[in-house]
This record gives sequence, C-alpha cells and structure tokens, in this order.
Amino acid sequence: MSAETLARWQFAATTIYHYLFVPLTIGLSMLVAGMQTAWYRTGDTRWKALTKFFGKLFLINFAMGVVTGIVQEFQFGMNWSNYSRFVGDVFGAPLAMEGILAFFMESTFIGLWIFGWDRLPKKAHLACIWLAAIGTNLSAYFILAANSWMQHPVGYRLDPETGRARLTSIWAVLTNSTALVTIPHTLAAAFVMAGVFVLSISAWHLRKSDASELFRPAFKLGAVVVLVAGLLTAVTGDLQARIMTKQQPMKMAAAEALYDTSAPASFSLLTIGSLDGRNEEWSLRVPHLLSILATANPDGKVEGINQIQQQYQGKYGNGDYRPNVPMAYWTFRLMIGFGLLAGALAATGLWLTRKGRRPSGSLFWRFTSWSIALPVLANTTAWLFTEMGRQPWTVFGLLKTSQSASPTVGPDVVATSFATLTVLYGVLAVIELRLLLTAIRKGPAPALIDLTDAQATEPAFAY
Amino acid sequence: MHLQDFWFGVIAVLWIGYFVLEGFDFGVGMLIRVLGRNDTERRVALNTVGPLWDGNEVWLLTAGGATFAAFPDWYATLFSGFYLPLLLVLVALIVRGVAFEYRGKRDSDAWRTGWDRALLVGSAVPALLWGVAFANVVRGVPIDAHKAYTGGFFNLLKPYALLGGITTLTVFLLHGALFVSLKTHGVVRERAHRLAGRAFPVVIPIAAGFLVWTLAERWQPWAVPAVAVAAGGLLAAWYADARGRDGVAFAASAVAIAATVVALFASLYPAVMPSSTSSAFDLTVSNASSSSYTLTVMTWVAVLGTPVVLAYQAWSIWVFRKRLGPEDIPAVAVPEERASAAVGT
Repeated sequence: MSAETLARWQFAATTIYHYLFVPLTIGLSMLVAGMQTAWYRTGDTRWKALTKFFGKLFLINFAMGVVTGIVQEFQFGMNWSNYSRFVGDVFGAPLAMEGILAFFMESTFIGLWIFGWDRLPKKAHLACIWLAAIGTNLSAYFILAANSWMQHPVGYRLDPETGRARLTSIWAVLTNSTALVTIPHTLAAAFVMAGVFVLSISAWHLRKSDASELFRPAFKLGAVVVLVAGLLTAVTGDLQARIMTKQQPMKMAAAEALYDTSAPASFSLLTIGSLDGRNEEWSLRVPHLLSILATANPDGKVEGINQIQQQYQGKYGNGDYRPNVPMAYWTFRLMIGFGLLAGALAATGLWLTRKGRRPSGSLFWRFTSWSIALPVLANTTAWLFTEMGRQPWTVFGLLKTSQSASPTVGPDVVATSFATLTVLYGVLAVIELRLLLTAIRKGPAPALIDLTDAQATEPAFAY
Repeated sequence: MHLQDFWFGVIAVLWIGYFVLEGFDFGVGMLIRVLGRNDTERRVALNTVGPLWDGNEVWLLTAGGATFAAFPDWYATLFSGFYLPLLLVLVALIVRGVAFEYRGKRDSDAWRTGWDRALLVGSAVPALLWGVAFANVVRGVPIDAHKAYTGGFFNLLKPYALLGGITTLTVFLLHGALFVSLKTHGVVRERAHRLAGRAFPVVIPIAAGFLVWTLAERWQPWAVPAVAVAAGGLLAAWYADARGRDGVAFAASAVAIAATVVALFASLYPAVMPSSTSSAFDLTVSNASSSSYTLTVMTWVAVLGTPVVLAYQAWSIWVFRKRLGPEDIPAVAVPEERASAAVGT
C-alpha cells in the first residue's frame, strides 16, 4: 500500500473516531448548561441531579474529544505536508483562530466548571459552563469554515510563483456560502446526537426502574431537542444539497448514482450499478424528486456523472474525476435514513409518554435505549459522504489528494503511525465505553436523588 | 518591524506559554507517586493541576495552528520531518490526558496505579522529546532544496539534541516540584520542597551545559543575555526555594524556562529551521511565511484575542490559588464509595 493510501486510511479512521466524541461535546455542553440554568432559575434539585449526572458523562466523553483532537491538527503536517504547504496561507488562519478564540475558552472554563462547584458563586459557576459550551460551538464554526474552504474554495488567488493558494479575503472564507449551510447543519446534527444521548439513557433508567421523577423530564428534554434539531438538520441539509449541486455537481450526481444528465431527474430509491461506477444496471425511482431536491424546480436539470467527467477532463486535464459512486450513494442514503429514524423515534417517544403515560412493553424502551447508535451512524456516514464525495480532490478544483501527501514520509512510517493509533484508540474505546456504561448504570448519586435531604453529601468533581 | 518577524516572536511567545504552563503539569505528572505515598496524597498533588492542565495544553495546539497559519513551510517541514518523535508525543499526550480524567473514575487500586504509570510515562516522554526536537531545530537537520526533511529518525538523536531533551525533562520535573511546593501544604509540600532542593544541584549544571552548548552550536550574540537570564533564573529559584519562598522560586523557574525558549529562538533567527545540508536551503522567516495579508489578519486576531485569553487564564489560576491539603480532597468520586463519606481510601 502506498504512503498516500495509508495516510488516507489513517485520516479517515482518526477523524471518524474523533467525531464520535465531538458532536456529543458540542450538543451536550449546551444541554448540561441548560439543565444547570433550569436548576439555577427554579431551585428544583432534580435539575441539579441531572446536571451532575449528565455532566459526569459529558466529561468522560469530553476527555476523549480533547486528546484525539491533537492528532487531527498534527497529522496535516505529518502525513499531508504538501497539502499544508499549498493551503497554509488560507487554511491555517481558521485553525489558529480556533485555538486563540475557541479552544482556550473551552478548556479554561471547563476546568473552572469541574473544580469550581464549591469555589465559585453559583452564578459565576453557571457562566463557566455556558462559556465552555460557547467555546466548543465556536471551535466548530472555525473548523467547519476551514473544511468548507476545501469543498468550495473562496477568497483566495493562486500565487503565480509558487502555485500555492494565497488568502485574499478572510471574510469570504468565514462567510463562505458552503460554510453558512454546513455549520448549522453540522451543529443541528450534533444536537440530535446529544438529544438522543439524553433520551436513550433516560429511557434505560425509565425501563429499569420507576425513576420517573428524575428521568421523565430528561426524556422529554432529549426528545424535544431531537425533534427540533432534527427538523433543522433536514432543512439545512436540503439547502446544502442545492448548494452542492452548484458547487460540487459530481458529488451530488454520485450521491444519486445519476450517470447521465437528466431534466427532469428522478430520485433513486435503489440503484444497482457497475462497481467501477460507470454504468447503471437497474434502478427504482421517484420521478421529479431529484430535480426538486437539487434545484427546487420539478423539471430542473441535474448533471450526470459521465457528462461531468467529460467536462472536468476538458477543464482540469486528463484524469478520473469520479468519486467512489457506491460509497457516495449509500452513505448519503444511510445518513438520511439514520437521521429520520432518530426523529421518528423521538416523536414516538413523546407520543407514548404524553400526559404521564408510560409504555408498558419493554420493546419500546429497549429500542430507545440502543438508539444512540442512530446519530453515531448518521454522523459517520455523513462525513464519509462529504469527504469521499469530494475525491479525487482535497481542495476542490485546486489540489488533488494524490498531490497532497508528505513526499518524504514512507509507507512504513505511516503504517507504524496508523497501527499505533489504531491500537491505542481501540484500547481507549473499550475503557471509555466501560466507564460510560458504569456511570450510566449507577445513575445519579443517591444523595442527589433523595430530594428531601438538602444537606446530603454529594459527589464533588475532582481528580 | 516586518510582520514575519513579529510572527516569529508570536510563535516564540506561544512556546513560552506552553513550556512555562505545561512544564509544571508535566512535572506533577511525573512526580505523582513520588510526592504521594497514599492515594489521598497523590490526589492532593494531582488536583493542583486538575483545573489547569487542559488549558495549558491549548498553548501547544495554538502554537501548532499559528505555525500552520503564519509559516506553512515551517509547519510542513517540521511535522513531516520529525514524524516519529511527534507520533510518540501524540501517544503520550493522549494517554496522559485520559489518565487525568479517568484515574478517579473507578475505585480500584490497580486502576489508579495503572493510570499513575500512564501519567508518569505520558508526562516524561513529551518533556524529553520537546527538548530533543527544539535542539534539533536549532542545530539544523538535513533539509533539501524542496524544503523537505531528508534525515531519518536516528539523525535526531545526536548528543546535543539528547542533552536538550534531558534539560527539558529535568527542568520540567523541577518546575513541577516547585509548583507543588507552592500549591500544597503539609506532607506533600514538604516532599516537593525537599525534592526540589535536591534537584537544583543536578538540574542547574545540565541546563547550563545545554545553554552554553547552544551558544557554541549556533552563535548569536542576542542569545547571550537570554542565556544569562535563564541561568540567573535557576539560581534565583534555588536561593528562594532554600529560604522557603515558594512563590518567588516558582516565578524564577518560570522566568528561566521563558528565557531558555528566548535563547533558542534568538539563536535561530532569522532562520526557523536551518538546513544542515546547505545554508541555501534554510527555512527562514521570509521564505517559510504566509502572505502579508494572512499575517495581518492573524495579527488582529492575536492582538484582540490574546489579552482576553490571558485574562481568563489568569483568573482561573487565581480562583484555584489556595494551597491544597488532604482536607480538600473529596471522597472518591465513585458512587459506592460515597456512602462512607471517608476522605480518600
């Protein structure tokens, strides 16, 4: 295997792994802040118990997000030095801004929040979790602006001497049309994940015991968050599809396995094509739907893979400009499918528990308890689609993946790194999962559940 | 002054921040089982850095991001060239970050002992390798006309570089001991104080040797005052520590670390990564930097953002200014233990 292929595998593996923790940090930081606010405002100790319970789970998850994030920053330079040289002038800026404006805020205020329970006035302590949550969301903004630039480069010119990208407008990069739809889409999806997390854990407790006083409001909170955020994810996803059709028509065509330009274009429910992505063999379609999705016009023209390939050969020179079509096609569908399932589940949950009802059958609870897999799979397939659908480019239209790797780093070295990180990540996954499950099973501290005893000792967050 | 020079200075400041701050939490991570004979004592030492280590580590992330933005070629050559050492640093930082968070999350001696070892190794490896890496940068490594590093892994293990590693390792250890002396009371403070007192006569010659060798390796008159301040800082820290002035001792050791970074950067300038192949291939502040537009944008971000960061990080240090003792350590934060409400185990 070439160093480039190994570097791609490492990037995919470490990014997917990192992104298991990130959306939960983004969404849950806000939800925990919301819970603590509810406690601060109403004095209702149930919210304090929930803040501490979900806060603990949040911290177990947060640690993994932090440590795996360092790998992300380092591997651009380690494995992709040609890419780094090419994009540094543009791409480095949002990365550095992320550090200065977001990471410091996130990490410092998380520290203050964890250790400040007894040391800070209540109001200042509450402000700490909000500032940490804002820092987290801000970091998402910068890194997604950077990624959007790779999908749709703006605000740059090519240096005639070095051939590298030079930033001409930071404003254009930070308000890239791609970023403006990607950021709300990704943040909304992160809230879906956090919502399902709260919902599924609450469901597990509601099934096991009648801890309804505590977990009923949490269940409801989770479900409402999933519904609202799910709706936002769908709306912004729809906007994204339209922008993608304009900016990366090949990705859209691959997502639909649309081999030949069509007007009107039908939406493929199921397409079986040749594995090399050249031809379609059989498909089941909904007429006009793709035209509507891609162009908001039932008869709109959607370009096909073969035509775009031809057009790109004229524009960028000989080469294969098609991404892995089955991968793009299936990840796109799975992303939507898992997302819809999560939404449907939340709606069902709200309906079944309306006005204090409690579904007696264990099937619903069991399914809800496992539902955390849905947003995880949706996020993972979404990133696979976004990044693999952009291939063969790292920076669309400017730099190919094949030109991006580190020229002097051999396959043996990348393989060492990939293997090391895989083993380490595997071990940590087991440890983290066990810790999470233990903490979830134990539930909130007994002292906190016993709402009558305000003086009861409660767990302090400390090492 | 040119913006490129300004950003060379900013990168130096970020590394100063990183080494001064994470330096002490590396030290604490290495000393946890030396300073604490039982779990409560260990937790006293650990909790001195509890609220701070993550924010300290962001200085590294920001140094990396700022180098990427301001000197893409420096970032690309350094990270792809020093591949294996940086991989080791990554693994170590991952392991120790998780160790901090997970150590107290299960009530088992084997569990805690395991994470204590992880903390020791996870702190010692980067403390050593950062010195090796910086010494190599100053000494110069094989870099070709395409700005690519052409040496192997063993090329990075020359005596001067190894001395650099031993210097950072021992200085951070000492810095950590001084931090614990400042931030605790009772038996943990006594042990840290005693350890620092014994460490000074060992650490000072090592650091002095490295600094003088740095001057010899890459003569730069501007580095001389920085070397003098670094040596003076260590001596002042020793003097203050011997008189029980914990705050002064820690501050002086922080000054020594900062001056060491200044000496290294001053020795480099105007190169950022000299090439041992040919000085024509040196990466310099001018040939490795971003466009002046990017540097201008980043300057605004740094000028507006950094004071705010410094303000809240200082506030955080102030909030947790109190010396810690066993009475500050809550019962093990694991549910079944809480019923007893006993301190420690």
